[in-house]
Amino acid sequence: MHSQFKYWRPYVSPYDPCKPIRVKSYSTPPHLYMNFQPPGLPQFQSPKQALMHGTLWPQLYSPYPDPNKGVEKP
Amino acid sequence: MFYYEKKLQYPVRVSTCNPMLAKFLIEQYGGADGELAAALRYMNQRYTIPDKVIGLLNDIAMEEFSHLEMIATMIYKLTKDATPEQMKAAGLGDHYANHDRALYYHNASGVPWTASYIQAKGDPIADLYEDIAAEEKARATYQWIIDMSDDPDLNDGLKFLREREVIHSLRFREAVEILKDEQGKKKVY
Repeated sequence: MHSQFKYWRPYVSPYDPCKPIRVKSYSTPPHLYMNFQPPGLPQFQSPKQALMHGTLWPQLYSPYPDPNKGVEKP
Repeated sequence: MFYYEKKLQYPVRVSTCNPMLAKFLIEQYGGADGELAAALRYMNQRYTIPDKVIGLLNDIAMEEFSHLEMIATMIYKLTKDATPEQMKAAGLGDHYANHDRALYYHNASGVPWTASYIQAKGDPIADLYEDIAAEEKARATYQWIIDMSDDPDLNDGLKFLREREVIHSLRFREAVEILKDEQGKKKVY
C-alpha cells in the first residue's frame, strides 16, 4: 500500500513575516498508483460501510483531510 | 531568448504577518494596470514600433517581468504560512476555495487577467500614449497600496516599484519626442 499523503519541507527564510509551516503535504490518492482498476478487488464487508466510504473498494478509499495532519513524518 | 538571473531586481522584505495585504498586492500581479499587463503590452508592441524606440520597449518589458517577480515574492511570503482560517479572515477565502495558496493572475477582486487589458494599435503615437497612461495608472495603484500598508519593509519595495513607474513614464514620453522628430530643427524647404 502506498502512503496517502506526501510531505515536504519548503524553504523557510529567517525573514519570513509569518510563523512558518515547516512541513507541507499533498494528497496522493490510491488510484494514482493503479492506472487501471484490476478486476476482482476485495470489497467492503457491508453496503453500509461502502456507503460511508463513498466507494465499494477499501483499496480505493482516499481519506481527507490527512488523518495524520500535524504529525511529524520521517 | 532569455537569460535568467536567479535573484530579484530589488530585495523584497516583508516584516509583518498581514495576509490581507496579499489580497491588495494581487492587483499589481494580474490586474489591468499590473506588471503582467505591462510586460506583455510592451513586449508585443515593440515589433511594430519604429526602430528608434524598439530597444526601449524591449528593455522596459524585461524590467516589468522583474517587477512581476518581486510582486509574486511579496504575495507568496504573505500567504505561504497562512492557515485556511487566516486566509478567510484576510478576505482570501474565495481565493483559497479556488487556488489554495497558489498565486493566480487575477485582480484584487478576483477577476482573471484578460488580454483586453492591453492594446496594440500599430500606430506608434497611440501605442506610446497608452504606455504612458499605463505607467501612470500603475504608479497610482502603488500609491493606493502603500496607503493601505503599514509594513515599512514592504513599503520600501513598493516605493522602489512606484519610482520605476515614474521613470518608465518619462522614458516613454521621451520616445514620443523622438518620434515627433522635427522639433527644434531648422528645416529649410
